[in-house]
Amino acid sequence: MVKSKSTKIGDWIIVFICLLLIFTCILPLLNLLARSLSSSDALIRNEVTLWPKGLNFEAYRMVLTDSKYTWSLLWTAILTIICTFVSLFMTTICAYPLTYDKLKGRRLFNAMIIFTMYFNPGTIPTYLLLKNLGWLNKPIVLIIPYCLSVFNMIIMRSYFYNIPESLRESAEMDGAGPLRILVSIYLPMSTPVIATLALFYAVGRWNGFSDALMYMNDRKYYPIQLLLYNIINSLQNIEVATQEGFSRPGLAESLKAATVMFATVPILLVYPWLQKYFITGVTLGAIKE
Amino acid sequence: MKTAALNPLVKRKKNSYLKRYWTLYLLLILPVTYFIIFKYIPMTYIQIAFKKYSIVQSVWQMPWADNYGFEYFIKAFSNRDFLYALRNTVMLNVLDLIFGFPAPIILALILNELAFKRFKRITQTIAYMPHFLSWIIISGMALQLFAPTTGLINIVLERMGLNTIPFLNDPNHWIWTYVFLGIWQSVGWNTIIYLAAITAINPELYEAAAMDGAGRFRKMWHVTLPGLRPTIIVLLILSLGRILGSEFDRPYALGNYYVKDVANVISTFVYTNGIRGLQFSLTTAVGLFQSVVGVIFVLTANAIVKRFGERGIM
Repeated sequence: MVKSKSTKIGDWIIVFICLLLIFTCILPLLNLLARSLSSSDALIRNEVTLWPKGLNFEAYRMVLTDSKYTWSLLWTAILTIICTFVSLFMTTICAYPLTYDKLKGRRLFNAMIIFTMYFNPGTIPTYLLLKNLGWLNKPIVLIIPYCLSVFNMIIMRSYFYNIPESLRESAEMDGAGPLRILVSIYLPMSTPVIATLALFYAVGRWNGFSDALMYMNDRKYYPIQLLLYNIINSLQNIEVATQEGFSRPGLAESLKAATVMFATVPILLVYPWLQKYFITGVTLGAIKE
Repeated sequence: MKTAALNPLVKRKKNSYLKRYWTLYLLLILPVTYFIIFKYIPMTYIQIAFKKYSIVQSVWQMPWADNYGFEYFIKAFSNRDFLYALRNTVMLNVLDLIFGFPAPIILALILNELAFKRFKRITQTIAYMPHFLSWIIISGMALQLFAPTTGLINIVLERMGLNTIPFLNDPNHWIWTYVFLGIWQSVGWNTIIYLAAITAINPELYEAAAMDGAGRFRKMWHVTLPGLRPTIIVLLILSLGRILGSEFDRPYALGNYYVKDVANVISTFVYTNGIRGLQFSLTTAVGLFQSVVGVIFVLTANAIVKRFGERGIM
């Protein structure tokens, strides 16, 4: 088909819109990078836009030598790894039995689980439960209470449903039990959905802060986002600023930018590689319950 | 006689059923316990909304609140802060719906028309990026970019001879910045589902439309959009169900002292007055009100959609 001249112009207009979108998406990151690499004098004089002025790595050095930041980053990384494994395990053992049509009580289990998606007990009842359990201010409170997401469970279940039943049936003929079928057939065939959910859970934990804000008062166990929140808001509050150890305003600016970079870069390095997978995952999540 | 003959068979069948499937129940023990402990036991705590909270008693022993137990609901609705939070929640969610809901549909249509495959992939990858940033990080970036005198945007505005804009420090501007940042964060990610739905549209429809002389826009209007209708409707129901729901991270991270009259929503109200202010009965009542209205909204939206002959979500 020969393209008319107007179509070509249309194509370029679309390219232009997309370039604008790309620019809007990366502009804040460029600004942030520039700030984190700039000298404090340049920052105070408002000279930094998209390119670093007075290039130096002072802020990064300070972040990496300050045990408060390095510990928080390390702690959040440990938490993220533990949470991802716990969540994947829970999601799998919840989704897999529910794919057996013949399982008695399946409808009841399903209803019980889906109900919590539409009606949740609310912030305060959950808080009081954790308080009664004696979990407040203990690391476990950042791992277990939100370890199983119904939405993610549905994604995994939909994926399991797409695996041909004949595979399961022939394995059953050979005398394999459900556990064996899960481990040797379902899991190896489910890399895309496992990768997707691992990404969702890991990003959720890495980026999460409201649970820590509500349930964790022990500064030692603050995840990086909560620490960041305190740092970002400390600049508006002299008292907090001195408490967080900022004395020179310009340096505080670049330090803030550098800390945000540390919290952002790990995710930016990971997600593009999983793009193919999470597109499948999101699409499966949309399948009607 | 007949039953006696059948019985052993039934029994054997039952035995073999359990023998075959007991491991499945074993697997379900942990998840079911999880839901009971972290979802269903807290649901019994909801009665605190109707009771006078006491730290030494169990929820079952606490005395009922006045006014047939509805004391705290009455208190909530005569509390100025709560009424503001309620208004703000609805206002911000409606604005999100009006501006944020169509945005990914439009972007998906645009991306779908993109002729260059590699460039399309790159655009998508970059457009998904903001979804992976936490609201703390976004708020940190926004505070720097939109700062009144030192932010990049205002520096540019000033150099162009325009007035600077107090994006995050003036209630009116804050609302629009909030909505804009929401779109910025989610628009790319939300195209995924629409793009997937577009690939499911029968290509013959486009060919037929082209035969009839339809141009780019007519194809969009008469083929792509109708093909997206079921997806749009399901997502619309879900958004309507969330009209009184409130995320916590976004308003909490973006809010500040100057804009608290528009930035306080139900979730932040519950946090400040409940977990920080220890008014457990009041905030549980507020949470219950929010949950119940949320469920009613989802069910209503679903019923309306079904009446119009569309597939619902339930």
